[in-house]
Amino acid sequence: MNFRFRLFFDKAFKIAVTILSTSVIVPLILILFHIVSKGVSSINLHFLIRDQNLSESGGSGILNSIVGTFLLITIASVFSVPLGIIAGLFLVEVKSKFVEFVRILVDVLHGIPSIVIGIVTYLLIVKPFGGFSAISGGIALGLMMFPLVVKSAEESLRLVPYSLREASFALGANYVKTIFRVVLPTCIKGIIVGTLIGISRIAGETAPLLFTAFGNPYFNISPFKPVNALPLVIFNYAMSPYEEWHRIAWGASLVLVGIIFLLNMTTKIAGKKWEVQF
Amino acid sequence: MRQDSLFNLALYFGGFVAAMIMVIMFGILFKGSVLSIKNFGIHFFFGEEWNPPMEKFGLLPFVVGTILTSILALSLSLPFAISLAVFLGIYCSRGIVSNILRHLSDLLAGIPSVVYGFWGLFFLVPIVRNLEIKLGIMPFGVGIFTASIILAIMIIPYMSSMIVELIKMVPRELVEAGYSLGATSFDVVRKIVFPYIKSGVISGIILAFGRAFGETMAVTMVIGNVNSVPKSIFSPANTMASIIANEFPEASSGLYLSSIVYIGLWLFVITFIVNLLGNLIIRKFRAGENEF
Amino acid sequence: MVIIKKQEVKMMRKRFLSLIIVVIIFGFLPLKAEIELVGAGATFPYPLYSKMFAEYYKQYGVKVNYQAIGSGGGIRQLMARTVDFGASDAYVDDKGIKKFPAPIVHIPIVAGAVVIIYNLPIDSHLKLSPEVLADIFLGRIRKWNDEKIRKLNPDIELPNKDIVVIHRSDGSGTTFIFSDYLCKVSSEWQKKVGRGKVLNWPVGLGAKGNPGVAGLVRQIPGAIGYVELIYAKSNDIPFASVKNKKGNFIVPSLESVTLAADVPLPDDMRVSLTNTDSKYGYPIAGFTWILVYKDLANCGMSREKAKALVDLLWWMVHNGQKYATPMHYAPLSEKAQRKAEVIIKSIEFEGEALIK
Repeated sequence: MNFRFRLFFDKAFKIAVTILSTSVIVPLILILFHIVSKGVSSINLHFLIRDQNLSESGGSGILNSIVGTFLLITIASVFSVPLGIIAGLFLVEVKSKFVEFVRILVDVLHGIPSIVIGIVTYLLIVKPFGGFSAISGGIALGLMMFPLVVKSAEESLRLVPYSLREASFALGANYVKTIFRVVLPTCIKGIIVGTLIGISRIAGETAPLLFTAFGNPYFNISPFKPVNALPLVIFNYAMSPYEEWHRIAWGASLVLVGIIFLLNMTTKIAGKKWEVQF
Repeated sequence: MRQDSLFNLALYFGGFVAAMIMVIMFGILFKGSVLSIKNFGIHFFFGEEWNPPMEKFGLLPFVVGTILTSILALSLSLPFAISLAVFLGIYCSRGIVSNILRHLSDLLAGIPSVVYGFWGLFFLVPIVRNLEIKLGIMPFGVGIFTASIILAIMIIPYMSSMIVELIKMVPRELVEAGYSLGATSFDVVRKIVFPYIKSGVISGIILAFGRAFGETMAVTMVIGNVNSVPKSIFSPANTMASIIANEFPEASSGLYLSSIVYIGLWLFVITFIVNLLGNLIIRKFRAGENEF
Repeated sequence: MVIIKKQEVKMMRKRFLSLIIVVIIFGFLPLKAEIELVGAGATFPYPLYSKMFAEYYKQYGVKVNYQAIGSGGGIRQLMARTVDFGASDAYVDDKGIKKFPAPIVHIPIVAGAVVIIYNLPIDSHLKLSPEVLADIFLGRIRKWNDEKIRKLNPDIELPNKDIVVIHRSDGSGTTFIFSDYLCKVSSEWQKKVGRGKVLNWPVGLGAKGNPGVAGLVRQIPGAIGYVELIYAKSNDIPFASVKNKKGNFIVPSLESVTLAADVPLPDDMRVSLTNTDSKYGYPIAGFTWILVYKDLANCGMSREKAKALVDLLWWMVHNGQKYATPMHYAPLSEKAQRKAEVIIKSIEFEGEALIK
């Protein structure tokens, strides 16, 4: 009796789990399907290489937004990667109570809502400097990327066995040289993977850009001027009543998801190939 | 050797900066909210009215909105997340199906919030609207219910990958011991795996709650943007994050702007505490399990 | 195990440095020394401004980056001096002007109509009176087939549907014009809600920007909302005719707005056009202004940029006016244009007028 009951529950549980798990795919397939089917009609060479210009009859393009997204990502990386590596080094190399404190703070930073980061960046940078700019948007995104870079730097550094450092010391190198010539190069690829993960996280962020990057209908690669970005385009156009703008938003969504997808794939493949090996 | 001590200094500097980021953020939010704090104090939290023209500001409508959506989203997503995790961790931890599901789940996790909001606006909202028409209530389509569904879809991959990681931490010997004693998979999950990872799961739920709490874009696009305490789950509302997104660019007066920054401060403090809690629990779990 | 050789490190450093230099050069190098003006504000005139700025760029090569974040946003960002000019359909009152770090001026550009849009399966224009409008937006009238609405529209078959009110969720000049009107025609509204860019709405859903309201009204059966005329026209959303002060039901149009704008104009052009006395004027109309600092040196711009801004403003109230009519905005009357000219001529840079 007992045995039959248990078998029954086992089978029932298995079926329930399988059904629920595969049904998770349903919204995903729906979302992807819609993005692709609606976005594909907007994507043509025109769309990708022209700027946003709503009164031209040829239709609008998203080139300036794509470029803007890349500009923001670059600025964010410039701010967060070097600092993140140093912070990662700090967490691994230094032995002190302070380290645990810092680690917790960085982990918590990861969970801070992006809109709060947007407010802080506005109050800290946009207002005092009197203008919206790509730099302020990049800093906001950099703040969000920072914990991810630190975490991956810390993990990669930890994977380097101590024997490597000892060998370097034995050969007469001092501490600094050991870090820069031996330890870091060994795990740099892990750090790069972590950076890519961070980038794929911030590529789609909108909230921090609302009050910093501001938007710009023109092509712009200057960090000191406002810039448009794919997520901003999607947000602004999605809530309009115009069919034309909706189509552009779907196209931009497809491009954005495509970029993130590519980053994810690269991360997965690179992650496997570039594991710290000895 | 001088190079070494300089380097050490640089490291400490890096750590210091990392810590200062949080301190500075808190400082700026606090400074920006001072006016509102002086005016309303802690009563801000319970104030029911958000009335910018009359300069009366209260947080309650948004707290209720945020908590309702987060809890609803968590409850909706939990069964799916756990099932997916059990499936990927125990039943099907290797093979093609497992790989496909895992990649798909990662893909879901990577879709930006604003795209979710966009999709929700065009595909979920009409469905909910039809449901509301059938139920005979106001056919808004947008509201707490819709926002919770979108949030749930966003949380599922996040939670399930966390739980899969936890499941993988269960020592193989324990699981096999269970099987060797004649336990079914269900028994193993119920009596061995889950008790082992219980605190990890709790930490995961707390962290997912923190994530849902601060989610801005998708929610702003489908929640209806109404600044009063929601009366039912089909009511339109606003969350703490969405009110900031809506009104920050134009809060012009000192008290208005200060109140919005005050909301940001509350958001910061709440997510800080929630994330701290979640992180501490999972740290304890990891430390404890290393004893094996 | 990877130990990077000395030469490789040098190469990597060189490449990295050159990348940084390139980015800095691009940042500091104003390509062709183009002038770029940054403005923010109302969604009310956004379709018109888009067209105007695109044409201006074609003719004069000056880029204007205008983001429609709502009138409230425009005023706020101008106050914070993060933009060169603001745009708003709500003029700043004396109390508000004190909050600015330096004096500002309002330059009227065009006048537009705030129309009442709705989503109903009917063919003809709905007729609405000020009392009914106030009652609907106060939440007193909740169904479309309410007696008061039926009395105004005896020939229309009104359904037994809930009225879903849609209003603005952001700080809006359009809201200001509409609430200004409601204050004038309903003492209850004046007491309970008042006028402003952001209101404590008794009922309804919020949407972002004029486009947001139009979008929601289009999608929700039984919805009612308020948008600038062009948003209704370009999306084929039906709008109502409103009974004006003289008792005539007026369909919002360029002509009826022009009539409503025919009022005595103060020198600083801060005037409300709602509830017009004109016999055939549309009662819910308003000017939309561009706001700048009187002395542009206060805004952190160079003299060159200030001149470009003033030239742009001059063009907008003269040659730019021709773009208004096809988009159903009412261009400035001669009287208004002359007043605008005086205001623009008063704009200075470090005490010196920019246009003589």
